[in-house]
Amino acid sequence: MSASTEVSAEIEKLTEIKKHSHPIVAVVVLFGGMFALLVAIGLSISFGAADIKLATVWTAVFQFDPDLTQHQIIREIRMPRVLGAAIVGSCFAVAGALMQGMTRNPLADSGLLGLNAGAAFMLALCFALLPGLPYMYLIMFSFLGAGLGVGIVYGVGSMSRGGLTPMRLVLAGAAVSALLGALSEGVALYFRIGQDLAFWYAGGVSGTKWVHLQIMSPWILVAMIGALILSRSITLLSLGEEVAIGLGQRTKTIKLVGMIIVLILAGAAVSVVGAVGFVGLIVPHLTRFLVGHDYRWIIPCSIVLGGLLVVLADLGARMINPPYETPIGALIALIGVPFFLYLARKGGKEL
Amino acid sequence: MSAIKVDHVAIGYSNTLIIDNLSVSIPEKKITTIIGPNGCGKSTLLKAISRVLKTKSGAVYLDGRAIHQLETKEVAKKMAILPQSANAPGGLTVFELVSYGRFPHQSGFGSLKKEDYEYIYWAIDVTGLNEFKDRPVEALSGGQRQRVWIAMALAQDTEILILDEPTTYLDLAHQLDILLLLQRLNEEEGRTIVMVLHDLNHASRFSDYMIAMKNGELVKVGTPEEVMTCPNLQLVFNIDARIATCPFSDNPICLSYQLCQKDR
Repeated sequence: MSASTEVSAEIEKLTEIKKHSHPIVAVVVLFGGMFALLVAIGLSISFGAADIKLATVWTAVFQFDPDLTQHQIIREIRMPRVLGAAIVGSCFAVAGALMQGMTRNPLADSGLLGLNAGAAFMLALCFALLPGLPYMYLIMFSFLGAGLGVGIVYGVGSMSRGGLTPMRLVLAGAAVSALLGALSEGVALYFRIGQDLAFWYAGGVSGTKWVHLQIMSPWILVAMIGALILSRSITLLSLGEEVAIGLGQRTKTIKLVGMIIVLILAGAAVSVVGAVGFVGLIVPHLTRFLVGHDYRWIIPCSIVLGGLLVVLADLGARMINPPYETPIGALIALIGVPFFLYLARKGGKEL
Repeated sequence: MSAIKVDHVAIGYSNTLIIDNLSVSIPEKKITTIIGPNGCGKSTLLKAISRVLKTKSGAVYLDGRAIHQLETKEVAKKMAILPQSANAPGGLTVFELVSYGRFPHQSGFGSLKKEDYEYIYWAIDVTGLNEFKDRPVEALSGGQRQRVWIAMALAQDTEILILDEPTTYLDLAHQLDILLLLQRLNEEEGRTIVMVLHDLNHASRFSDYMIAMKNGELVKVGTPEEVMTCPNLQLVFNIDARIATCPFSDNPICLSYQLCQKDR
């Protein structure tokens, strides 16, 4: 008798354990997102000024024939652009997720906290003072600029009495971004490089070349792996610094490594696409809503959904008013701004 | 035996020292409560004990070893802390939050093992949260939420529990509820409990030792009978207190009080 109740208790416990250790939703989001991303990439490659069928996209990727113009277009123009969009989206999204988790600030986003503007300003300086600088070095200046931007924002923000609230940081971010943006434009005017900067500034992936992807990929790969390794620690940090210390986490190390990863991701993304904001705000919130609060799921899902968002935005940018391209920064802001206002209305409460 | 020894520590934030040259030891398997007026350095002392704040000089010893030289994960296996105003991120369920208490015992990517589940379910059970375990923490009442954080600290399975004002913002019944739970953990499992309380009568009723502080200094350390006296309370809080005996625990309680005349 007692043995049988024990067994049933044991079984109950096992089903309980299964329920908790298989976040089915997260797996569905991850794989569903991957599938959607692949479809979106395919569609995006096939769509453009020259009409190309999806089947041709397939053959161009897997049975490349250099004599076919369509294959040439796909390989040389469209693929790097679309892949670039996907990578950039992932970078912004993961950077945002990390920042939100580490600082418990729901409004953290590389655009809102000055990283993007800082990187863009640094790139403008590079175009002006070091014209023709190879992309390999350009990207490093972009990391540096992102660090500069967020450094100033935190510096300005912490000067205020009463400490760094999410709202104060965002205000400081807006002010610093405006300043850096104005300075970049000043640099562009003075050195007459407005043409070079204009479209890139508004945010566009049309200029992405294979060489860009080649150079940025190793950086991003390392940063993404780092983000995944860090993901569990980020979850702990998101419970609050004191709690994380109490649970035996080396919070200072985690924050430092996390910040470096954020700078690499945001810097790399800006160096390709310009100062596109809101991706890092929208995607992590959406992901958290779908898969819960565990960053072991939030980060991989943000990679996929961030890529998806920017690929779709880029596709949309080309479809709205062909043959002209709408800047994707503007398109994403179209969703991002109301979303930001919604979060801000909730009072920017700590995550 | 003392579980924690605080040896000539100075603690402060940036340029201001809150505590200077303070030494005290906290006995093993006892309940020790720190009392004192607002801003006297109670929480600061607790933060130094729990290594959240680094000491500027002196050291805190855990089992005879300086705490800042120990691997922080090792400390977390011995000591769990419940900070003042802990706040769970939205959407986290009770089970999930409590499960993070197992962090110091996990390695690698941190999937929960059978043993971890046992501790988590035990902690949820002992804090009376069984029916809430799949609910989001934010949907619970203040008292329930506080119990979730205590459950997380319990799941950590440590000899020492450190709690900063665990009863603040709770109503009378829920305050007692939390303190009785802590008492049971102390009596049945021999856990060392160190906490800050504002309610003197609770402190007296539930503590083996009390530490009275003022302006970053110790005023009196001892049993509730030794600490809860009229002269001590006048010294610490500047109040004129009437002391009586608690009908439930025979400890001294403060029946009522008024402010001392300012004779300066």
